Amino acid sequence: RVSSDGKPPKFQPPPKPVIIDRKTQKEETRFLSPEFIPPRGRTDPLKYFMERKDMIQRRKVFNIPEFYVGSILAVTTAEPCASDKSKRFVGICIQRGGKGLGATFVLRNVIEDQGVEICYELYSPRIQAIEVLKLEKRLDENLQYLRDALPEYSTFDVNMKPVPRAAHEEIPVNKLQVRMKPKPWSKRWERPKYNIKGIKFELPEHKMKAAQKWSQPWLEFDMLREYDTSKIEEKIRKELSEELEK
Amino acid sequence: SVTGACRAIQKLTRVRVVDNSALGNTPYHRPPKCIHVYNKTGVGKVGDKILLAIKGEKRKALIVGHKMPGPTMTPRFDSNNVVLIEDNGNPIGTRIKTPIPYTLRRREGEFSKVLAIARNFI
Repeated sequence: RVSSDGKPPKFQPPPKPVIIDRKTQKEETRFLSPEFIPPRGRTDPLKYFMERKDMIQRRKVFNIPEFYVGSILAVTTAEPCASDKSKRFVGICIQRGGKGLGATFVLRNVIEDQGVEICYELYSPRIQAIEVLKLEKRLDENLQYLRDALPEYSTFDVNMKPVPRAAHEEIPVNKLQVRMKPKPWSKRWERPKYNIKGIKFELPEHKMKAAQKWSQPWLEFDMLREYDTSKIEEKIRKELSEELEK
Repeated sequence: SVTGACRAIQKLTRVRVVDNSALGNTPYHRPPKCIHVYNKTGVGKVGDKILLAIKGEKRKALIVGHKMPGPTMTPRFDSNNVVLIEDNGNPIGTRIKTPIPYTLRRREGEFSKVLAIARNFI
């Protein structure tokens, strides 16, 4: 800088540090339930738009919490034949299927040494309450292998207390490796098409190698199977936030 | 090799007797098998009566749960469960520990005695 009158230049204070608060920034990617994302196909998007309107209407009246495959839920449904007209079932979510209003989730539990699975429809008016007792994710999207695993991995206490979760923390991933009953299983889970990471395979080496014969390594590079949902998700998130604010 | 168990109950399916009757719980070298389903179709669902061959004798039984997925909101069990019954509908056992679906409660008239000995409902 050119000094004025030979004096030293005016003191310039250093620039203020810019504080980037990582925690508040993470809140922007909020959870979007998977049944909102329309599947890849040739159906008219108007159908999904109308279904989404109905889904938002239902969500305004009834709270459907965020949950993933592997979290433990307690569902109370209206039951005409029960003595107090309602029935409560606690279980681990094995899979979430269906899109739009027909979205379902299956809960599994072992009661009195008998494995029971119930498939509930998320938007059914018979459901009176859904509570998340433990929110966590597992290593796979589909836990159907729990049917062939030792029953201790599917037993959950019916009177379990909800596990408190600190707000705005990352959802914990349970890296549990499950031990299986002896073969035969309902499906050959060791085959690469199921891509299961949550089983501790105690099979001999030659069997694991023989299972790799059915691998299809070209599938991940297949461009016709690609379905990029990022833009669709953004649009749907905008729609949701606008509708829910009304 | 052994064939995988059938999902709904039909002729020759191996079933699991769920009450505490002597016939159902004493071990035998052959599992109890269904030999006839009292239905227009030969496929038995929850609430249907079947004929069972246990320990060399024929007995009627009531299906209380099967492996086949049914309508949504109904439970799907991991084994085909059956309760031994006499011709007039009286159960032979005195207690049923395993859970029974609520859908049986609708037919209260036919199965009232079986529902009376059941402990948990699902």
